[in-house]
Amino acid sequence: MVANVTLTIDGNQVTVPKGTTVLEAAEQAGIFIPTFCHDPELSKPGACRICVVEIPGARNLPASCVTEATEGMVVNTASPAVIEARKTNLELLLANHPEDCLTCNKNGDCRLQDYAYYYGVKQDAFKGEKHNYPIEDDNPFIVRDMNKCILCGKCIRMCEEVQGNNVINFAFRGFNSIVTPAMGAHYADTEISNCVFCGNCVSVCPVGALSEKAMIGKGRRWEIQKVTTTCPYCGVGCQFDLNVKDGKVIGVTSTNGDVNGRALCVKGRFGYGFIHHPDRLTTPLIKKDGEFVEATWDEAISLVAKKLNAAKDTYGPDAIGILSSARVTNEENYLMNKLARAVIGTNNIDHCARL
Amino acid sequence: MANVTLTINGKEVTVPAGTTVLDAARGAGYFIPTFCHDPDIPGYGGCRMCVVEVKGARALVASCCAEATNGMVVETESQAVNEARRTILELILANHPPDCLTCDKNGDCRLQDYAYRYDVRSSSFEGERHDYPIDDSNPYIVRDPNKCILCGRCVRTCEQVEERQVINFAYRGFNTKVAPAMDTNLAESACVSCARCVMVCPVGALTYRNLAGKARTYEIRKEPVTCTFCEAGCQFDLNYKGDKVLGVTARETGTGRPLCLKGRLGLELLYSDEPVTPMLKKDDQFVEVSWAEALGMDAVLKKLEELKK
Amino acid sequence: MTNSIGEIADADFILTAGTNTFDAHPIIGIKIKQAVAKGATLAVIDPRLTDSAKLAQYHLQLKPGTDIALFNGLANVIIEEGLYNKEFVEARTEDFDAFKQTVAKYTPDYVSEITGVPAETIREVARGYAKAKNSTILYTMGITQHICGTHNVFSTTNLSMLCGHIGKESSGVNPLRGQNNVQGACDMGALPVVFPGYQPIGVEANREKFAKAWNVESVPDKPGLTVGEMVEAAGKSIKAMYILGENPVLSDPDANQVIHELESLDFLVVQDIFLTETAQLADVVLPAASFAEKDGTFSNTERRVQKVRKAIEPIGNSKPDWEIICLISTAMGYPMSYDSPANIMNEIGKLTPAYGGITHERLDVCSLQWPCPAPDHPGTKFLHATTFSRGKGKFQPVEHIPPDELPDAEYPMVLSTGRRRYHYHTGTMTQRTGALEVFYPNEYLEINCADAEKLGVCDGDKVRVISRRGQVELAAQLSERVTPGLVFTSFQYPDVPINKVTNAARDPISKIPEYKVCAVKVEKVS
Repeated sequence: MVANVTLTIDGNQVTVPKGTTVLEAAEQAGIFIPTFCHDPELSKPGACRICVVEIPGARNLPASCVTEATEGMVVNTASPAVIEARKTNLELLLANHPEDCLTCNKNGDCRLQDYAYYYGVKQDAFKGEKHNYPIEDDNPFIVRDMNKCILCGKCIRMCEEVQGNNVINFAFRGFNSIVTPAMGAHYADTEISNCVFCGNCVSVCPVGALSEKAMIGKGRRWEIQKVTTTCPYCGVGCQFDLNVKDGKVIGVTSTNGDVNGRALCVKGRFGYGFIHHPDRLTTPLIKKDGEFVEATWDEAISLVAKKLNAAKDTYGPDAIGILSSARVTNEENYLMNKLARAVIGTNNIDHCARL
Repeated sequence: MANVTLTINGKEVTVPAGTTVLDAARGAGYFIPTFCHDPDIPGYGGCRMCVVEVKGARALVASCCAEATNGMVVETESQAVNEARRTILELILANHPPDCLTCDKNGDCRLQDYAYRYDVRSSSFEGERHDYPIDDSNPYIVRDPNKCILCGRCVRTCEQVEERQVINFAYRGFNTKVAPAMDTNLAESACVSCARCVMVCPVGALTYRNLAGKARTYEIRKEPVTCTFCEAGCQFDLNYKGDKVLGVTARETGTGRPLCLKGRLGLELLYSDEPVTPMLKKDDQFVEVSWAEALGMDAVLKKLEELKK
Repeated sequence: MTNSIGEIADADFILTAGTNTFDAHPIIGIKIKQAVAKGATLAVIDPRLTDSAKLAQYHLQLKPGTDIALFNGLANVIIEEGLYNKEFVEARTEDFDAFKQTVAKYTPDYVSEITGVPAETIREVARGYAKAKNSTILYTMGITQHICGTHNVFSTTNLSMLCGHIGKESSGVNPLRGQNNVQGACDMGALPVVFPGYQPIGVEANREKFAKAWNVESVPDKPGLTVGEMVEAAGKSIKAMYILGENPVLSDPDANQVIHELESLDFLVVQDIFLTETAQLADVVLPAASFAEKDGTFSNTERRVQKVRKAIEPIGNSKPDWEIICLISTAMGYPMSYDSPANIMNEIGKLTPAYGGITHERLDVCSLQWPCPAPDHPGTKFLHATTFSRGKGKFQPVEHIPPDELPDAEYPMVLSTGRRRYHYHTGTMTQRTGALEVFYPNEYLEINCADAEKLGVCDGDKVRVISRRGQVELAAQLSERVTPGLVFTSFQYPDVPINKVTNAARDPISKIPEYKVCAVKVEKVS
C-alpha cells in the first residue's frame, strides 16, 4: 500500500497518495489549474509553465504538473504572483498568435481562448515579429496551421507514445521552433513522414493548429452535438463521438473509449463521409423489366413476403437462404436468426465471417 | 388578403400580398443574413446584408424592404449575392477590433456568424480604425463604440418607448456613431438602463456590465421568466452557467412591453446567485442604494414600519 | 480473442501470424508498438514485409500456405529442448503424445525447406516464445483463408497449450476479427448450425427452448448451408435469397460464378445502404439506415458489447434494419414488433446465457465483455483461466497441407489478397467518404522488382493478372513488400474485382476460401 501525504492547497487540506503531483492533488480537490502541455496519458515535460503555483519556500513558481506533493506542503494556486505569471505567459503566446477567433474552427473549444478570457488577457501586450508559415492542407484529412501552434508538444508525444509512429518533433530553436515531420516534410509525404493519418495529434491539440479538414467551416463548436457511438469498420470496437449539426454528421472526434481511449485510425476518424453520400439508397426499389423502379415500403415489403412465402410453399423452407451481416447490430442479427428459424423454418443462415 | 406567388431559388412560394421577400424566403426555409432588420420594426434597409438577386432588377435588392410580387424570380445565394455580402463583411471588419478572443459576445455575434458562414477571415481593406474610449459610465451597460456596426437597431428600439429616445446617430461618414444627445456618455444621458438596446445589439458593442468575463455565451443556458412587477408582463432570461444564475437579461421586447430597470433588478434579487449591486441615478450620479429603494418599495416599507409601531 | 485488446501492450512476446495489423487493425497495432516500446519481443509470420514485420525482431517470411509446418517446427524445437510447460500440459490438456509424435519430424531443417524460414530463426523464435513470461499469438485471415485454415488455427492453439501461454492475462490465442460486428453476428446465431450463444441446433433441448420462446411448433434441426454453399446452390436447391448488408459479388471468390449463380435465383432481395454490386442483381432492394441512424449494439473482437447510438434520422425513406426485418416477418404472417432495440436485447438475454446480464441500461454506463450471465456479473476479461470450454484442452496433431493451387509453368506466380489501411472490405463505404478514396484512389498490384524487371514492367504500368478463372487489370507497384514470385492486392476496389481471379477452393471444415494463395500469371498490358 502506498503511503499518503497531506498538503494544503488554497487553504484546503488535501490527502493524496505519495507520488501524486500538485496538479493532480488540486484537481482532486476540485481546484482549477490551467494546463497546455499536460496530458494525463502522456509523459510530462513541464514545458508550458501555465500551471505554475506558489509554494512558500520554493525558489520560484514551480510547475504543478511536475511537482510532487509532499507532506505539509502549502500551495497557492491563485496568488497575485501566480496570476501575473500566467497572464504574462498568455500575453507572450498571444504576441505571436493570429487574431483569428472570428473564423477559427477551434473557437469555443480552445484552451488559449479559454484562459485568455478567464484571465482577461488581451492580444496586444507585446509587439513583435509574427510567424507567417504557409498552411499545410495538401492532404484530405488534416490541416496544419503552424502559425497557431503554441509548441505544447502534445501532438509529438501522442504520436510517439500512443500511436507509436514518431512522425513529428520539434525542429530549430527559439522563435523558429516548429513542430514538423523529418526534413520539413508534410504529413502527406508519407515516405518521409511515416504518417498514417490517424489524426490522434488533432485530438490533443489545445488550439487551432491542427484541425480535421472536413470539419472546417461546417459548424462552430457550440453548435455541435456529440453522440458517442461505436465505429462501423473493423472488429476492434473503437468508440468515438459523431459530431452532429442540424441533423447532419459533420465530423468524428475522439471520446474516451473502453478499448481505444482517444486513439482512432484513419478510417474511424475520417471515414464517415459515406453517411450523407448522394449514392445512399433512400427508397425501396423493385426491378421491372430489368430496370429498378422506385416503390413504396408497402409494395416492396408485401412483394418480398409474397415471394419468400411462395418459395417456401413450393420448394420448402430450405429453398430459402438468408445472409445476415457482420455490419449490422446484434439485435438485427438476432432478428435475422429468428426470421430464418422461426418464421421461414430453415437453418440456411450465415454471414461473411469467413471473408 | 390576396396572395402572390414568386420563385425563390427555383422553388415556387406563395405568400400574402405585402409580405417582404425576406419573410417569404425565410418562411420557405431559406437563410438570409441580416444585421439591421428588426422583426418588430421592419423596413429599415440600412445594412444591405440581406441583398438578393431579383431577375430584371437594376441592382441587388435589400430583401427586408422589397415586397414580394407575382412572378418575381429571386436568388438568395447567387454568386453576385454572396460576393456582395462578403464585401459588406470585409468593409465592416476593416474597422472592427479582432477581439473575439475575449469579447463577451463571442459565440452569439451576427458579425462572427456571417464571417464564418461566408468564410471572410479578415478584411482585405486596410484603413483607419476607430479608437473610441469604452463607455462604462453606466453601472449596468457597457458601450464599446469601436465594435458598433451602425445597424441602428439600438436607436430604433430605444425610440419605440415614447419617453426614452436616448440615443441616435451623430456625425457623418467615417465619424458616424451612435450617441446620446450632445455625445455624452450613458450615465449623463437620459438613459434609464432598461437594456432594450443590449437585447437587440447584433455584435459586442452593447453588453451587460455585470456579466462581463463571467461566461462565454455558449456556456450559458437561458431560461425565460416573466416579470410580475406591473401588468406589462415583460419577458426576461435567467442566465445559467451550470446550476448558478449569473444574471438576468432582457428578452424580446414586443409591443407594450417596455422592459425596465426596476423589473430586471427585481428578478436579479429573486433569482441571481450573486445579484448586481443596485445603483440609481441621484443628482446625475449613479450611487449605490438599498434594494428597497431600487425596487421602489421604500414608501411601502415605511408604512409597514409605522403600522407595526 | 481469449484475451482483451488492452492486455496485448503488457505481453512479453508477441507472435503474429497472417495479420497485417498496422494496416487492418491499427488500434491493435498501437498496442503491439506499445509492448515493443516496453521491451517485448515481436515475431511476425508473414510472406510480406508489412509495417509490423519491419518493426519486428524476427520476420518469419514464409512461403504462402506453409504455416502448419512452421508452427509444428516451433513446437518441435520447444519439445526437443524441453522448454514446454509440463505442468500445464499434464493438468490442462490431453493427446499430447500424439501431438509430440506428429511434430517429431518437423525439425528446423525440414521446416526450413518447406517454409523458406532459416532454421536458426525458427529455433530462436521457439525459445523466445516458450521462455517469455507472457507470450501471446495474434492472427487473422492469413491463417484462416487457406484450404487448411482450420488446421492452421489448431497449430496455433497447439503451440499455446504446449507452453501454457493461454488462460492468463496478456497470454493466449487471439484472432483479430475484421468486421465491426462479425463477433456479434456469430454470437447471435447468424450461423447455419447454432442458435444465439453457440447453442447447437442439433440439441433437442435447445430447439424446444427456442421454439417455445418464439411461440412456434418447432424449429428445424437440419444443419443449414454456409454462405459459399448457399451461393453455389443458388438456382438449384436454393430458390430465393434475402441478403442483408453483404456484398458477395465482390467479397466471394470466383466472382463471375457468383454473379451467374445469384442471377439464376427465382427471387433475390438485398437490404443495404448503397446499391452494391450484389444489390444490382436483386429483384427488390430495401434501403437501410446506417450505423449513425439507429440504436443497438456491436460486439467487438474481444467479446466486448458496446452501444451504437442514433445520432441522426434515417436518410431519405430508409429504415433501420431491425424495423425492416419486423415488417417482413409480419407480412409473412409472423407478427414481429419491438419498441426499441433495447427490448430486442432483453429477449436475447433471456435466451442466450453469455448475454444474460447484458442490457442497454447497463451498457449506457460501461461496455461489458461476455460471458456476462447475470445482471450483477461484471463481464469476463479473458477466457479459459481455469478450464477450457470442453474441459481439457485437446492437442490436434496436424500435418502440413500444401495450397490447393500451386504455381506451375503456365501460372508461375502466387497471388495473395488482403486489405489496405485506407479502405475497408469491398469499399462500399470507404470509396464514398470524400477523404479516404481521395488519398488512396487507385489499387495497385504489389510486385517484386526482380519479377517486374523480368516482365519489363515499370512502377505504375498497367498489368493483367490472369488465373484459370478470370483476369483483372491494374497498375503495378514495384515493392520490396513482396518476395519474388508473390504478388499482392486488395479486394476493396470495385474497379479491380480481384475475386474474378481468386480460387474458390475451401477449407472443408470452416468453408473459408483460399484467398491467400492462387496461381496466376502477370502480363504487361501494352
